[in-house]
Amino acid sequence: MKAIVNVFLKQGVLDSQGKAVHHALDSLKFDGVNDVRVGKQIVLDITAADEASAKAEVTEMCESLLANTVIEDYAIEIVS
Amino acid sequence: MKVSIIQFPGTNCEYDTQYAFEKLGATTEIVWHKETSIAADTDLVVVAGGFSYGDYLRSGAIARFSPVMQAVEAHAARGGKVLGICNGFQVLTESRLLPGALKRNEHLHFISRHHHLKVVGNENTFLQKLNKGDVVNIPIAHHDGNYYIDPEGLKALYDNDQVLLHYCDSEGNVSNPNGSVDAIAGVCNAGKNVFGLMPHPERAMEAILGSADGKAMLEGFFAS
Repeated sequence: MKAIVNVFLKQGVLDSQGKAVHHALDSLKFDGVNDVRVGKQIVLDITAADEASAKAEVTEMCESLLANTVIEDYAIEIVS
Repeated sequence: MKVSIIQFPGTNCEYDTQYAFEKLGATTEIVWHKETSIAADTDLVVVAGGFSYGDYLRSGAIARFSPVMQAVEAHAARGGKVLGICNGFQVLTESRLLPGALKRNEHLHFISRHHHLKVVGNENTFLQKLNKGDVVNIPIAHHDGNYYIDPEGLKALYDNDQVLLHYCDSEGNVSNPNGSVDAIAGVCNAGKNVFGLMPHPERAMEAILGSADGKAMLEGFFAS
């Protein structure tokens, strides 16, 4: 089973990398970009009984290590 | 005075830290991160600067789970003193021994230079040899030194005198190199026994290095 974790800075926490990329896109004349957020994607190949238990386990991984919940949000997608 | 200095794979300030504390008369011991205990007579644990685990995932995120950190957390829980410098500060926030978190510098550059700091709180062991408002000159060297805490957390820090240092210029006016909330360079925990800062006082121990202002900071741990 594959778990895809996307980690982004929380809304309201300034994303300097996103801002820099937005600025660069602006200078390249891509005028329609309203906002840019840069995050990271962590792809896990895991063994689990079912999707629910996989999600529960990956949630625990996110809370303890994969995300710093003081500044970051995470989203988990389980792909069989 | 016995100082235990924690060393992870990627730590690179352990010997500077050892030199600094021995210069002040302490007995020191470097403790490898795989150890499960620290010397029982340890007065101060220093989590030294560097790039623990290559800063993979987030600075300090992986080091936080090294075996020795349980001993450091136990030392802190019984009121023992802990100081985290630079990457050590990041490790202590990741461990939740200190509030807040360190983000990438606002302008995304690695910064390495001397910077002035203003003493905000001196009602603690660490900065007791300095006066509120004193300006010191201490090197900084970091990529993820942008301190963040939410507005309620920030208020709690000020209410409880937990903000230690602000970045400033030589006149003491706010000068923020990395985008930290309120230009904060260092904080302590509510119990005032765990301290963290991004600047490196251990690199400012004698005039030939450009500043000896780090001495007054580290000497705070020697006063009874």
